[in-house]
Amino acid sequence: MSLLRQSRNILSNLKAKSLAKRLMHFKFEPDNPSTNLGPTENMNYLKALTNAMDISLENDPTAIIFGEDVAFGGVFRCTVGLREKYGSDRVFNTPLCEQGIVGFGIGAAVAGSTAIAEIQFADYILPAFDQIVNEAAKYRYRSGGLFECGKLTIRTPCGAVGHGALYHSQTPEAYFAHSTGLKVVIPRSPIQAKGLLLACIRDDNPCIFLEPKILYRAAEEEVPVGDYTLPLSQAEVLREGSDVTLIGYGTQIHVLKEVAELAAKDGISCEVIDLVTILPWDADTVCTSVSKTGRCVITHESPVTGGFAGEVAATIQKECFLNLEAPVERVCGYDTPFPHVLEPFFMPDKWRCLQAVKNVVNY
Amino acid sequence: MSMRHFIKFGKPYLHTRSLLRGKYGLQTCTHVAKSTGVQPTSDGNNFIGIPHNCVTKLEFLEPKMENTIPVYQVLDSDGKIIDETQDPKLSDEILLKMYKDMKMLNIMDGIMYSAQRQGRISFYMTNYGEEATHIGSAAALEMRDLVFAQYREAGVLMWRGFRLDQFMDQCYANINDPASGKQMPVHYGSKDLNFVTISSPLATQMPQAAGAAYALKRTNPGTCVICYFGEGAASEGDAHAAFNFAATLDAPCIFFCRNNGYAISTPAHEQYRGDGIASRGSGYGMLTIRVDGNDTLAVYNATRKARQIALEESRPVLIEAMTYRVGDHSTSDDSSTYRTTGELEYWTKTNNPVTRFERYITNQRNCWSAEEDEKLSKDCSKQVIEAFTAAEKRLKPSPSLVFTDVYDELPVNLKEQQKQMREHVSAHSQHYPLKRHEPL
Repeated sequence: MSLLRQSRNILSNLKAKSLAKRLMHFKFEPDNPSTNLGPTENMNYLKALTNAMDISLENDPTAIIFGEDVAFGGVFRCTVGLREKYGSDRVFNTPLCEQGIVGFGIGAAVAGSTAIAEIQFADYILPAFDQIVNEAAKYRYRSGGLFECGKLTIRTPCGAVGHGALYHSQTPEAYFAHSTGLKVVIPRSPIQAKGLLLACIRDDNPCIFLEPKILYRAAEEEVPVGDYTLPLSQAEVLREGSDVTLIGYGTQIHVLKEVAELAAKDGISCEVIDLVTILPWDADTVCTSVSKTGRCVITHESPVTGGFAGEVAATIQKECFLNLEAPVERVCGYDTPFPHVLEPFFMPDKWRCLQAVKNVVNY
Repeated sequence: MSMRHFIKFGKPYLHTRSLLRGKYGLQTCTHVAKSTGVQPTSDGNNFIGIPHNCVTKLEFLEPKMENTIPVYQVLDSDGKIIDETQDPKLSDEILLKMYKDMKMLNIMDGIMYSAQRQGRISFYMTNYGEEATHIGSAAALEMRDLVFAQYREAGVLMWRGFRLDQFMDQCYANINDPASGKQMPVHYGSKDLNFVTISSPLATQMPQAAGAAYALKRTNPGTCVICYFGEGAASEGDAHAAFNFAATLDAPCIFFCRNNGYAISTPAHEQYRGDGIASRGSGYGMLTIRVDGNDTLAVYNATRKARQIALEESRPVLIEAMTYRVGDHSTSDDSSTYRTTGELEYWTKTNNPVTRFERYITNQRNCWSAEEDEKLSKDCSKQVIEAFTAAEKRLKPSPSLVFTDVYDELPVNLKEQQKQMREHVSAHSQHYPLKRHEPL
């Protein structure tokens, strides 16, 4: 290829990259890993996931990974290299059938194997809803613990990606939050993703592991290379503040961190909490914070009606009623399916969140 | 050339492939049944995954409903073996256990059905007419084989040693039920007997059976999975998923369909348009057989062979057992509203699996008699009545158990809710049936 054409390609790639970055509705800032987790390596979100699965298959001979297209490495490259390393009986494609993937996974877990199922997009998890809600979530309860599928983990890419529209942008946490017996987890970063995936795989309850796909490459951190887990059902206070509590999860945490910075310029001190686990969720950390600040804004990409923010808001108003200085605010996707070119107008972006912060402070 | 499967219980698939190769010199490009890492290629006429030759005649395949898949039979209606080569030559001991379990099942069903009618238990499902499907198949398996069932397979549990008190305790939802009365009656389960707890949604157990078989192939080779389901459940998407997964992933699973003619009030001819469930098997690449589900020895032979093939060749096998649901769907159903007494009488009196088997052991094997039969009925009744009287007296589980086994450990929110429930019930105890339960 001629030098001229090469340089033109490089330039157009650069333009495309920075255009994408300019259109991204958040800015990812890496966390510093805990010093006691040992040596680290620069990994993006998807490599952190691959690393977690690598560790799982290395240490647990029963562990298997399956789903659509996982054999060649997955459409998001999350399982690259694992089939070559562990063999085709442990990392394999299934037919294109989500109810089958989850049903198969439940059965493998019941029979004692660690089953890591991938659903290609969270938008397509719905055919498996019966298996997840009626079977996986209730297996232990209905058998009195004689049988259970705790060894099942279902991982799936979710969330807005800039151009995903109705069927490549959903985050279905609300449907599963209503299905007691499951654990639902949504990590905000590579360090979180690796530790939480290992925690879910090892947890003795069926877990739904939601991976905000826009973070796969956009989020890079120094991730500990060793084996570590992070606690489930523990919310994390990422930034301390005194005036208002901002509550969210996944990609939206990065939006909230920026909102806190913008609010600080107006003299508003924000506390930012990442719920991390949607079910069972850590109401204690949230309510302690809101009792202190007296104000809160809860935010998620999913539509507001029936969304998880409603659950958090109801609990907050009950536990913190006398401490509240303003009504609980929710900044969420509107009650519409997820639009394509109209995405910037649908999303609970930093400007809507900032406005909500000002509303509760000025109430 | 048609893809005809030669049922030699050998290698019909590979035989067909080699036929194609030899006769037409075609390059087949399908995956072999076991993954050898051979990659499919697509060159010219060969589409990925399908060996084929081309025709110039425009002709549609008409499903041939005149030549339906035949029914494998060993015993005729008089209990005589039709073809001596098919006699499994079971010992008297096994035969008598088979018969006694069928009788006990019938008698237990009769008494529990009445118990529901009298308001002693909330719900019940009988197994009349399908005894041979349970006992014949269960006897052909090993105890370590894992069973996924639908809800009309109590005979399988009985064969494996589930006791009368265990059946009753689940139906009466009392403190001895391992699930602490959390499920409706007949939703049995037993870890010791490798019988996965029943759930109400239909066909959900099917892809689970495929997954369990896959896992056991890796961790416990020599262990098979059997999955029971009805012809109605076979219409669910989960059935399709199960067949496809088991076949593509080489899972050693027996899919055992009890085609009993009805899904509640829906007759089989409203359930499917093709040749039953068996005709679907080859579409998935599965070895398939249709058997007389009212013929205990035919069911036994087919299941035994299916198990052997499933394990030796790491592949699923589909058995469609043709039978008839003599009883109502459940105690919530009155089948006289949708079927004739004439039809019912035929299957109760003329083509009854228990009677056919009784004729075999009495007249052909001479190890049973009418006197023994009468004594057995009396013994069974006595045992069942003793068991249910005891089950009825036992307390129901503590209300606090509402919250257990949702997760492996009680999370914070459930601990809080349990506390709230206890406080509320203590403060308003007169409104709650506490006397029937163990303490709060």
